[in-house]
Amino acid sequence: MTSTIMTQPTAAETRLGWESAEVRRRIRRRHAANRRLRLYGIAAICTAIGLLATLVVSLVLLGSPAFVQTKLDMPVLLNAQHVDPAQPARGNYRAIVRSSFLSLFPEGAAMSPRDQRALFRILSNGAPLAVRDHVVANPGDLGKTVTLSVPLSDPFDQLNKGKIRRDLPENRRTVTDRQLAWFDHLDAQGLISMPFNWAMFFNSDSRFPELAGMAGALVGSFYALMVCFLISFPVGIAAAIYLEEFAPRNRWTDVIEVNVNNLAAVPSIVFGLLGLAVFLNFFNMPRSAPLVGGMVLSLMTLPTIIIVTRAALKAVPPSIREAALGVGASKHQVTLHHVLPLAMPGILTGTIIGMAQALGETAPLLLIGMNAFIVEPPGGILEPATALPTQIFIWADSPERGFAARTAGGILVLLGFLVMMNMVAVWLRKRFERRW
Amino acid sequence: MDAATRTGTANAAQNGRAIFECRDVRVFYGEKQALFDVGMDIMEHRVTAFIGPSGCGKSTFLRCLNRMNDIIDGCRVEGSIRLHGMDVYSREVDPVHLRARVGMVFQKPNPFPKSIYDNVAYGPRIHGLARDRTDLEEIVHTSLEKAGLLKEVKDRLDSPGTGLSGGQQQRLCIARAIAVSPDIILMDEPCSALDPIATAHIEELIDGLSENYTIVIVTHNMQQAARVSQRTAFFHIGELVEYSDTEEIFTSPSDERTQGYITGRFG
Ligand SMILES: Nc1ncnc2c1ncn2[C@@H]1O[C@H](COP(=O)(O)OP(=O)(O)OP(=O)(O)O)[C@@H](O)[C@H]1O
Ligand SMILES: [Mg+2]
Repeated sequence: MTSTIMTQPTAAETRLGWESAEVRRRIRRRHAANRRLRLYGIAAICTAIGLLATLVVSLVLLGSPAFVQTKLDMPVLLNAQHVDPAQPARGNYRAIVRSSFLSLFPEGAAMSPRDQRALFRILSNGAPLAVRDHVVANPGDLGKTVTLSVPLSDPFDQLNKGKIRRDLPENRRTVTDRQLAWFDHLDAQGLISMPFNWAMFFNSDSRFPELAGMAGALVGSFYALMVCFLISFPVGIAAAIYLEEFAPRNRWTDVIEVNVNNLAAVPSIVFGLLGLAVFLNFFNMPRSAPLVGGMVLSLMTLPTIIIVTRAALKAVPPSIREAALGVGASKHQVTLHHVLPLAMPGILTGTIIGMAQALGETAPLLLIGMNAFIVEPPGGILEPATALPTQIFIWADSPERGFAARTAGGILVLLGFLVMMNMVAVWLRKRFERRW
Repeated sequence: MDAATRTGTANAAQNGRAIFECRDVRVFYGEKQALFDVGMDIMEHRVTAFIGPSGCGKSTFLRCLNRMNDIIDGCRVEGSIRLHGMDVYSREVDPVHLRARVGMVFQKPNPFPKSIYDNVAYGPRIHGLARDRTDLEEIVHTSLEKAGLLKEVKDRLDSPGTGLSGGQQQRLCIARAIAVSPDIILMDEPCSALDPIATAHIEELIDGLSENYTIVIVTHNMQQAARVSQRTAFFHIGELVEYSDTEEIFTSPSDERTQGYITGRFG
C-alpha cells in the first residue's frame, strides 16, 4: 500500500513539491524576513542603549567635578581677641581668617586694601563658618594655631579643576593674573587639596556654588515621599480592594474604573495646579511645605497604586478564593488572609515604582513653591523645603559656573536613588516569586 | 411536581432521612438557563453521585448546595433548597455559615500556599472551633488522620502544603474540609487530576467518610460512581433525568438517555 503511494504521486505531492524551486525561494524569503526582523530589533536596542549611555556618560563627565571640592589647608591663628569664649558662635571669624590668610603671603601686610580684597576672593565666604564650627566644637583651641581645611571660592575651584583656561587674555576670565600668581603660590606650598565634597550631601542650598549641597533637598524629598506614601498606599490599596473584590459590576464602577485609568494619564502639572488652588489658596496650607508636596504627589501615585494593586489582586488565582470560601471564610477573611498577602509582592513592587516616579516629579512641586531658596533642611513636614528635582531645577537656573556641575551631580544623585528603588522592586519581585 | 422529583421522594423512604430537599431548582447565568426544575432529596450519610455529559449542570447544581454560586456575577438561583428543613437561600441563612457546614472539595487540588498545619487549622481558627492550641492541634491531627494523610505528613506539618503530590494535596483539601466538622462534603470531580492509585486512595477515603458524613460527588468516571455511591443522579442538558439507587441506575435505567450515557453511546 505504501509502495503505490510512493510510485504514484498524489495530487498533494505534485502541488506542493517540497523540492521545487518555488518552495525553496519561499523558504529563503522567510529566512530573510526573520533575519531582517531580528536586525531591526537589535538596531532598536542598540539605539536605545546608545542614547542611555550618552546620557549617563555626559552626566558623569559634567557632574563628577561636583563631588570633589578644592580646599586650602590653612594654618589659622585662633586669635582670642576676636572671640568671646563665653559665646564662641558670635566671634569675628572673618578677621581671624583674613589675618591668617594674609600671613601666608610674604608681601601680605604691605598690600593695598584693594589688593587685599582681590586676594580674599580666593577664599569662599564659607571659610569663616568652617573656622567658627571648629571653635564651637573645640573651644579649648582658642589662642592656638590649628590647620583647618577651608573651601576656596568657585572661580578658584574651577581653576583648580582645569575649567578656567590660563591662556585666555586676562579680561576674558574670572581670575586675574595676580590672583593666578597668588593661587600658584599657595599651590606651590602644597596647601591646595581636592578632597571628596561632603558638603554636597551635608550642606543645604547656598548662593555660593562651593557651599551649596543637597541636604535640604534630600530631607525635603524624604518628607514629601513619606507623606505621599502614607496617603497613597493605604488609600490606594483600600480603593483597589473595594473595586476588585467588593464592588458590583455596574455602570458606576465602570465610570470609576475609567476615571482611575484616566487619572493616571493626567499630566502632573495639572495636579500641581490643583494643589495650588485647593491646598494652598483654599485651605491655606503653608507654601513650599513637604506636606503639601506629598499630598500633591499622592494624587499622582494614587491611580498608579490602584491600578497595580488591582492587577496584583486579579493575578491571585480564583482557586485560592474558592478554597477559603469553601471552608466558610467570609469575604473580608478571604481578602485579608489569603488574597492580599499573595498580592503583596506585586503591590509593593508597583508602589515602589510609583514612589520612584513621585521622587522624580518636578512640575507639581514648582507650582506649590517647593523651588524656594532655602538654606536649611526642613525640621518637619510643615516647614519650607525643596525636593531633589526642584533643587536641580534651581541650580540649573543659576549662572555661576559651579552650579552647572552641581546640576549634573544632583541629577546623578537623583538617578542613583531611582536605580536603588527600582532594584528594591526587582529584588522584591524575585524574592516573592509566586508560589502557588 | 415533575417526574424526577417524584422518583427522588419515592425512594426516600428506603434510604433514610433526607438532609437536602431540593425542589424546582432553576439556575440562570445571566439570560442563559443552566438548570431546569431540578428536584431531589439527598440522603443523610449516603454517598450521592452526579453523573452526566460535560456542561449538563452537575457542577452548577452542586454549587447551589453551599451557595458557592453567589460569587459568580450574574448567577441567579430559583426554587427551594432546604438543608435540615431550612431554605439555604432564605434571608436568615448566612452563606458563610452555610459553607462551614457544607464543605467543598474542588476538581483541582487547591491548598493554601501555607504550611500543611495552617491549611487544616485555618477553618477551625476562623470559626473559633478550638478552645486552645492543644485543642487545635488535636483537630488538625484527627482531620489529617480521617483524610488518610497523617502518616505521610506527620513529620513535616510545617512544610508548605503546595509541596505535596497531587493526590496528597487533594487529601489535604479533604482534611481541610473535614476540620470544620461539616455535615456534608461536596466533591466536584475530586479525582480528575489524579492518577489511578491516588484515585483509589481517595475512593477508599470516601467510603470511610460516608459513615459520618453525607457526601455528594460529581464524577465523569462511571465505575467510580458505581464503586463509591449508593445513590446516583443523571443530569442531561440542565435537567435531572433520573435519580435513584446506584445499582438500579447502572443495571436497569428507566430512561433511555441514561442508558445511552452509561453504555457510552453519547456523553
Ligand atoms: N460562570 C458561568 N457563566 C456562564 N455560564 C456558565 C458558568 N458556569 C457554567 N456555565 C454554563 O452552565 C452550564 C452547566 O455548566 P456546569 O459547569 O454546571 O457543567 P458540568 O456538568 O459541571 O460540566 P463538566 O462535567 O464539564 O464540569 C454549561 O452550559 C456552562 O456553559
Ligand atoms: Mg463541572
